[in-house]
Amino acid sequence: MTDRSVVQIAFYAALIAALGLLPPIAVPFLSGVPITAQTLGVMLAGVMLGPIRGVLAVLLFMFIVALGAPLLSGGRGGLGVFAGPTVGFFVGWPFGVLVTGMIMKATKSWPVWLAAVVAACVGCIGVIYLFGVPGVTLITGVPIDKVLIGTAAFIPGDLIKAAIAGLVAQTVSRGLPGALLSRA
Amino acid sequence: MMSLYVPGQSWLHRCPAGVKFVLLCVISAVLLAMHDLWLLGLAFVATLMLYASLGPQGVRQVSALKPLAFLLVILFLFHLMTGDWQQGLRLILHLGSMVLLANLVTITTRLDDMMAALRPIFQPIRFLGLSPSVPALAVALVIRFVPELLRVYNALAEAYRAKTGARGSYRLIAPFMIQALAMSENVAEALSARGGASGFEPAGSARDKNAVGGAAMKEEIPS
Repeated sequence: MTDRSVVQIAFYAALIAALGLLPPIAVPFLSGVPITAQTLGVMLAGVMLGPIRGVLAVLLFMFIVALGAPLLSGGRGGLGVFAGPTVGFFVGWPFGVLVTGMIMKATKSWPVWLAAVVAACVGCIGVIYLFGVPGVTLITGVPIDKVLIGTAAFIPGDLIKAAIAGLVAQTVSRGLPGALLSRA
Repeated sequence: MMSLYVPGQSWLHRCPAGVKFVLLCVISAVLLAMHDLWLLGLAFVATLMLYASLGPQGVRQVSALKPLAFLLVILFLFHLMTGDWQQGLRLILHLGSMVLLANLVTITTRLDDMMAALRPIFQPIRFLGLSPSVPALAVALVIRFVPELLRVYNALAEAYRAKTGARGSYRLIAPFMIQALAMSENVAEALSARGGASGFEPAGSARDKNAVGGAAMKEEIPS
């Protein structure tokens, strides 16, 4: 692994943290629904870095949270995060990013924005919910259909984040073509 | 600011991080196997007493449950409605004690000590030809990057506010990424110039490193 890879992995881990610390970002066509951008950082890690480095970036971020840094949105952190009922979503992050990165690699002929949106939706929404929802059921005993209804409220926000991830990936790949490592 | 650690001199602060970590894993496993309401209640009270043993400062830290409180209430109400309030109470006691216990380790262990305690799990990366100090370097880089990224974003947001009056927009994220990525490139170069992520030990890429190091030295002479 080169020095540059280490820095890139650290960069995206820090990006996930920084986006979680920013004040919720306003989205014009959904005024009044502030969304925290943390999972946007997770999507971007997969979209921009590709599967291997993307997963390492997410694991690094999770490791730092476990060490005790309050970097999850809302200032949460520490080992307690891993004992909470929504830990499945958190554990699903690296798997979601793995799938996101693999889709980016497999769709090199597509326009960047389209590939990024599809990759983020399948990987960072689909796969992460696939871990998170059964996780809540497993821990709390609430039936899976009820959990799905409860988490459905977050899906519009997640779809918007996937769209923003597409926009960002397209813009960055034009401004800094070398930064789209998932396709390098 | 970057850690949930609460400075102090209590017995838990003095206890080695590795011991606390192993104990936490064992106790959590035992808690998971417990289903008796009385025993769980006792475990929860014992957890609270551990917090109390840290003094008033410790008692205040029970607020770590606050972000979870809303969810716990909903879960309890759900089980109440489906006619099994005992299950609901069991859930609250389970999650409450496990989260609080894990948090207890976090608030009484410095980030560095935690890192040192977890170091053995990184030994296997030796086989990948990497120095086990790479993860520690990566952690340090992230902790240094976060405020830097926030600074870059805030500068952009300020300019945006001056122009539009709006607070912040999703439109800022792409230019923010481009600026921040450019900054990280400089960091990567500086790191290579100083011997790289693994230090000077591995001989494999020595020639390469000398080349970069030489370039950096030229840069540094005027300063």
